[in-house]
Amino acid sequence: MYDAPILGDTVDQKTTKISARDVQVYYGDTHAIKDVNVDIDSKTVTAFIGPSGCGKSTFLRCINRMNDTIDVCRVVGDIKIDGEDIYDKRVDPVQLRAKVGMVFQKPNPFPKSIYDNIAYGPRIHGLAKNKADLDVIVEKSLRRGAIWDEVKDRLDAPGTGLSGGQQQRLCIARAVATEPEVLLMDEPCSALDPIATAQVEELIDELRNQFSVVIVTHSMQQAARVSQKTAFFHLGNLVEYGDTSQIFTNPLDERTQNYITGRIG
Amino acid sequence: MTDVSSTSSLLAVDDRTRRRNAAEKRFRVYGVIAIVLAMLALAGLMTSILTNGLSAFKQTFVTLEVYLDPAKLDKDGSGDLEKIRKVSTFGYAPLIRNTLQTHLDAPNMAVDDLSAKDAVKMISNESAAEMRRFVLANPDMIGETVSFKFLASGRVDGYYKGRVTMESAERDSNISPQQLMFADKLKDAGLLETSFNWGFLTRADASENRPEAAGLGVAILGSLYMMAVVLCLTLPIGVAASIYLEEFAPKNWFTDIVEVNISNLAAVPSIVFGILGLAIFINFAGLPQSAPIVGGLVLTLMTLPTIIISTRASLKAVPPSIRDAALGVGASKMQAVFHHVLPLAAPGILTGTIIGLAQALGETAPLLLIGMVAFVREFPGAPPEGLFDPAAALPVQVYNWTQRADPAFAERASGAIIVLLVFLLFMNAIAIILRRRFERRW
Amino acid sequence: MSAGLVILAVVAIATVGFFVGRAKSLSSAGGDIRQLHSLPSYYGQATFLFAAVPALLVTFAWLILQPMFVASQISGMIVSGDIVEGASRTLVMADVRRIANGLDVAVTAGKLSETGIEKLNTASTDVRALLAGVGVAVASDVQQNILAAAKEFRTLTSTLRIAMAVVAIALSVLGLVVALTRIKPEYRARNVSEQAVKALLILSSLVAILTTVGIIASLVFETLHFFQLYPAKDFFFNLTWNPQFTGGSDLGFIPLLWGTLYVSFVALVFAVPIGLFVAVYLSEYATNRVRSIVKPAVEILAGIPTIVYGLFALITVGPLLRDYFAQPLGLGQSSSSVLTAGIVMGIMLIPFVSSLSDDVINAVPQAMRDGSYGLGATQSETVKQVILPAALPGIVGAILLAASRAIGETMIVVMGAGAAAKLSLNPLEAMTTITVKIVSQLTGDTEFASPETLVAFALGLSLFVITLGLNVLALYIVRKYREQYE
Repeated sequence: MYDAPILGDTVDQKTTKISARDVQVYYGDTHAIKDVNVDIDSKTVTAFIGPSGCGKSTFLRCINRMNDTIDVCRVVGDIKIDGEDIYDKRVDPVQLRAKVGMVFQKPNPFPKSIYDNIAYGPRIHGLAKNKADLDVIVEKSLRRGAIWDEVKDRLDAPGTGLSGGQQQRLCIARAVATEPEVLLMDEPCSALDPIATAQVEELIDELRNQFSVVIVTHSMQQAARVSQKTAFFHLGNLVEYGDTSQIFTNPLDERTQNYITGRIG
Repeated sequence: MTDVSSTSSLLAVDDRTRRRNAAEKRFRVYGVIAIVLAMLALAGLMTSILTNGLSAFKQTFVTLEVYLDPAKLDKDGSGDLEKIRKVSTFGYAPLIRNTLQTHLDAPNMAVDDLSAKDAVKMISNESAAEMRRFVLANPDMIGETVSFKFLASGRVDGYYKGRVTMESAERDSNISPQQLMFADKLKDAGLLETSFNWGFLTRADASENRPEAAGLGVAILGSLYMMAVVLCLTLPIGVAASIYLEEFAPKNWFTDIVEVNISNLAAVPSIVFGILGLAIFINFAGLPQSAPIVGGLVLTLMTLPTIIISTRASLKAVPPSIRDAALGVGASKMQAVFHHVLPLAAPGILTGTIIGLAQALGETAPLLLIGMVAFVREFPGAPPEGLFDPAAALPVQVYNWTQRADPAFAERASGAIIVLLVFLLFMNAIAIILRRRFERRW
Repeated sequence: MSAGLVILAVVAIATVGFFVGRAKSLSSAGGDIRQLHSLPSYYGQATFLFAAVPALLVTFAWLILQPMFVASQISGMIVSGDIVEGASRTLVMADVRRIANGLDVAVTAGKLSETGIEKLNTASTDVRALLAGVGVAVASDVQQNILAAAKEFRTLTSTLRIAMAVVAIALSVLGLVVALTRIKPEYRARNVSEQAVKALLILSSLVAILTTVGIIASLVFETLHFFQLYPAKDFFFNLTWNPQFTGGSDLGFIPLLWGTLYVSFVALVFAVPIGLFVAVYLSEYATNRVRSIVKPAVEILAGIPTIVYGLFALITVGPLLRDYFAQPLGLGQSSSSVLTAGIVMGIMLIPFVSSLSDDVINAVPQAMRDGSYGLGATQSETVKQVILPAALPGIVGAILLAASRAIGETMIVVMGAGAAAKLSLNPLEAMTTITVKIVSQLTGDTEFASPETLVAFALGLSLFVITLGLNVLALYIVRKYREQYE
């Protein structure tokens, strides 16, 4: 079951999971994302890197339409998942978000028990027929979140009582409980200490077997460690997109070069 | 168990999502219904007060030319004021009757079965007193014919406001249909008219059987006196207490007690402050009942916690960097607070004080207990002595009028509410303007 | 010399002190302000304080203590025979005071001279008529020794007044002199004046404590008095409320408590769902435009005095309910009823519930909402399953505060609920509450020392305890809740 944590090209049969064409995002009058075109592969970890305010998080939030919750935000262009336009009028964002899970910058467990945190998604989407079913889902998700062993004896304890790293893994477990196909992660380690970060990174690598993972990160080392593909954003533009090894060793664009070597950012 | 959703297309909304969206819509509708209900309540309240009360600002007047007969008012023709004073209001009533008799005798004016004696009852009982006051002020007018604008009686007034009808008059001992017919004729002759009722704002309260003469003068003055007392006491005490608690108080059990105490006092029912006022200020300290000073003191104690809370919020909003800057150039803590923090917090403090005053202005319950329900006809004197004279207060006057039988008083009560609300609106507007103009974001 | 004049004189002396002190400090430093420890005006302030504060404190203490002292002196002159059946010594003392006051009025009106008063005798003069002539009404004919007491009262009072003036002014001058002798360049005048200001600030913050002490003292004292006249057991457990002017009243607390709780319950049944939904809608759904209209409108509801709500109940809601519900259903004939008061009070509480809930809902971090939306929850699911449970303690606190408000509300129930104490379940019947009875027992014409009047204090104490308990609990819950997100 263990994949050797080798970069890039070990993953076979890559299919395009998400494809974005000419995506523009406006916040009121601000043009936050300009002409982004990108194809994200399935069962791959794709990292979005770039300086603060470059739009990488904004673009991430377009993929599960979290931007809908912000009144002033407007998205133009196509984003397709498995060939279906997610901004189509017929698409219900609620269904979409079950398919495209999200993990946030700061761990945000609900002020409920660990069990209820995980069970929340399956309950609202009606994924479990009965309590036993739900128990199975909760256990499976916690195992996938690599936190089962730490919490199996205290599933009734509040999720807010865990440590920061545990909370973040709980949130990842919560996100995978709805059986998504894509997992979006918005700087999932920025609020964590190095040890917790290592644990989460390890987990991300495992998750690649089942999901397409898109991760926004500030840390280039992290992108290099966990991702197979990397996209570099700058001032709302997608500057360069390619295999992680290529981006970090041999960038084609000068801006990427500058960023990687620490001259901008 | 794997990937149940991956088989379904995003473009097709499944049953469960449809159900969930319906629930979402229902939930939204509940919210809209709640808001509509709240707005309807506000609208209902306002409509009720306005429809019942606006008519109180109009009053029916009868203009009569009265011959001030020396035979009645100044029998020996000496013009001696002492003697004229001896003629009571009963002596003036016949003069009005005479005038009405001439009108009844005029062509087309007569109404069957209506004598001048009955017609006099259409004019307010207050009129004779009014004439007497006029004559005592102008004794040389005796023997002249003077035009007076008398208040029509409450029932005649009610007839023109739709409260009294010909049918109800049949059953009413205070008014007859004949009187109403005569009133209509007077109106056609231009002698009876409805105009703006300044008296409502300036007159004192009047007794049970003359609602037409009842006014808010004493109540407005009493309320003003009380507000003056409240302002003079709460502002300095409230600001001083807030400065101590916010800037100087050490963190210890005593400060904690004061803080808990203030937040609890803010939620003590207002009537309890009335009991306090009765027990301490009236029974113990021996201050007079119904006096604005006692009302002011009670309202002060009641408003103080609110003012302290809002003042502390304003002080807290001034950033610590200002204090540090002042201390840094060698100012004492006291100088830093009084020279820098307090001026910066002043607009917020004033806004809070005005809102606290507005609350105090509308407060009724504690005032009932300290005797402000008493019937007060005399205007209180000028302050400071006037603060100890009996007076009414606006909200208590409203309550007072609702306790009276004549339906004309219900109209007056609603009218008084309008006056009260106008005052409150005015105060709140000032507070909002202050806040808009001086609000500072750090 | 009246107290006002004394105070004015003291303030005048102190003001003079301010200027003299300031001038003296400057001259002591040879006109060079840099030689002084503090700014000259601080020396002035210190002088002002020395001259004013002790004198004023003595004056106020004197004003409070003098009536007590005089009363204790005069009280001995009243023999038990003067106390009429059913009255108390305090009533006779009130008479003495009124007569003494009447004599003062007579003197100022020129109807009596000081020597005339000394010669005044109940045998030769009708004192009652004399006083009535100057507008002072005395209940009964004046007894000789009561008149003597009144005369003694006058002389004692005026002597003490003069003494007060002398002492106060002497103290003021003394303070002035002491302060002036202390002025030297190295004298730390600012510290003195600042200490004094600080003392003033502390004193101000004690007013709140004094208020509480006053409330509790007056309630407890009179309640104990009441329980001496009427057994506490009957008050708490008697099921009837039926005060009689002739005595032998039933003063049971239970029916009033029932009415209070019933009206409050009806009010909360209206206010809590509406207020909560308004808060949820405004914070989660409403567009800015809707919010900018609805929020101020709800705030207007909050700013309207309760007398207005009372009038609304009396002239609109009450008759409406009677004509369209109570009478057709045969459930009641009265326009004042539990439902009338409850609905109107509910309207009053809507903004209270909604603004408090709005605060707690907004305190739930946006991250919670994001987490829920990210999992594909709809807005209502997020509200119901994440936000409301997270905000629950705060909302419970808000509801408790609203309940405390409802229980203590007076005008709406006075004008809308009725006056008959009943233990009934019918919401369209008139019932009465604790606050209504406090008002009616204390504004009636009964004698103050009777149990029928004093029961109001026991009711007030019960009300105070109930609302205080609710407030403390609510504030505790809300504080705990705040800590959770800080």
